[in-house]
Amino acid sequence: MPISIPMPSTPPLTADTSDILRFLTERFGALETSLFRDQTRIVVPESKSLEVLAFLKDSGFDMLVDLTCVDYLEYRDALRRYGLVYLLASTLTNQRLTLRVFVDDPVMNPHAVLSDGPEAADKPMPTVRSAVPLWAAANWLEREVWDLFGVRFLGHPDLRRLVMPDAFTAHPLRKDYPLQGRGERHNFPVLTRDDG
Amino acid sequence: MALELPENVVVSKLDELANWCRKNSLWPMPFATACCGIELMATGAAKHDLARFGAEVFRFSPRQCDLMIVAGRVVMKMLPVLQRIWLQMHEPKWCISMGACASTGGVFDTYAVVQGIDRFLPVDMYVPGCPPRPEQLIQAIIDLQDKIQREGTITGREFSTVERQLRKRALVESADLLTVDASRNPNIQRAMSDRSAIRRIQTS
Repeated sequence: MPISIPMPSTPPLTADTSDILRFLTERFGALETSLFRDQTRIVVPESKSLEVLAFLKDSGFDMLVDLTCVDYLEYRDALRRYGLVYLLASTLTNQRLTLRVFVDDPVMNPHAVLSDGPEAADKPMPTVRSAVPLWAAANWLEREVWDLFGVRFLGHPDLRRLVMPDAFTAHPLRKDYPLQGRGERHNFPVLTRDDG
Repeated sequence: MALELPENVVVSKLDELANWCRKNSLWPMPFATACCGIELMATGAAKHDLARFGAEVFRFSPRQCDLMIVAGRVVMKMLPVLQRIWLQMHEPKWCISMGACASTGGVFDTYAVVQGIDRFLPVDMYVPGCPPRPEQLIQAIIDLQDKIQREGTITGREFSTVERQLRKRALVESADLLTVDASRNPNIQRAMSDRSAIRRIQTS
């Protein structure tokens, strides 16, 4: 007969987020949410994304843990191609929240402003408003998403490539970009012994 | 009385001396980009001492080195830097491609990793392994020392491959173009006579 050793009950890893969900639905109406173990996930349309993020920051989510993107091009049930993932954390209340924003490849950009340049209005790039005014960490995270997926962030102070070389033209983590690349990796001059 | 030695005798002995000096004082330029760099450090550390073989110091300035050890995968962003470091090294210089990633790209057949630095640099030695053990790298350095002793020249003639390629091409072309005149070519006459001598020996 196995001996049952009484273990102290471990506290949950993250704090309960039901209060923040209630505040969010009070403020923004019904939102698609899902809970799994200690993970809370809300899906927000792009038009409301910046307001929701600002509200969450004011509610105590002072840390943007990560900002990445998922390409659903080959996903059978996908409605939009790019799913941005915002991982937020509150260092004060130990709450964690995942915010999903789904964007697509639009033909026109309704959020273009004059400061983005004349070509931003009809650039066929999925666009989202930048979270840099809220969290400074978003600066490089959004640059990485732009570099690898091609999602433009309006209002970003310095949107350029981060990990790929500046002369690179494609967005390599998209599903229609081949793993071996399109020959950019070998497009360099050859040095022989005679070149000294 | 000064003895007028034929030129080739002096040069070959000086070549051997120069080769001996150069091979026993190979100062590495460690171009360690990834995990193989750790093994490179281990090879230079106390247990597998690379200094025993003349690699006394790992100079990080290419101006002071003559052996570049490329340890680790080289991404396309790093390749121009690698080429610039190679060009800044003084001749005579040699290159060891350490590990699978530097030799062929290794497991990383991706859009950003160069599939072998020998596509863009002249490499003398390849060390397989992921990572290669320090003993393997030491063996590569020993083999490179043998190569330097065998093929080196004091003027660095072995590094100018253009002449050799032109000469090779000239030989091939001349063999195709010229028709062989057996009656007037002394070498062929000698060969023909030898063959008849051999035939005579075989039949007797």
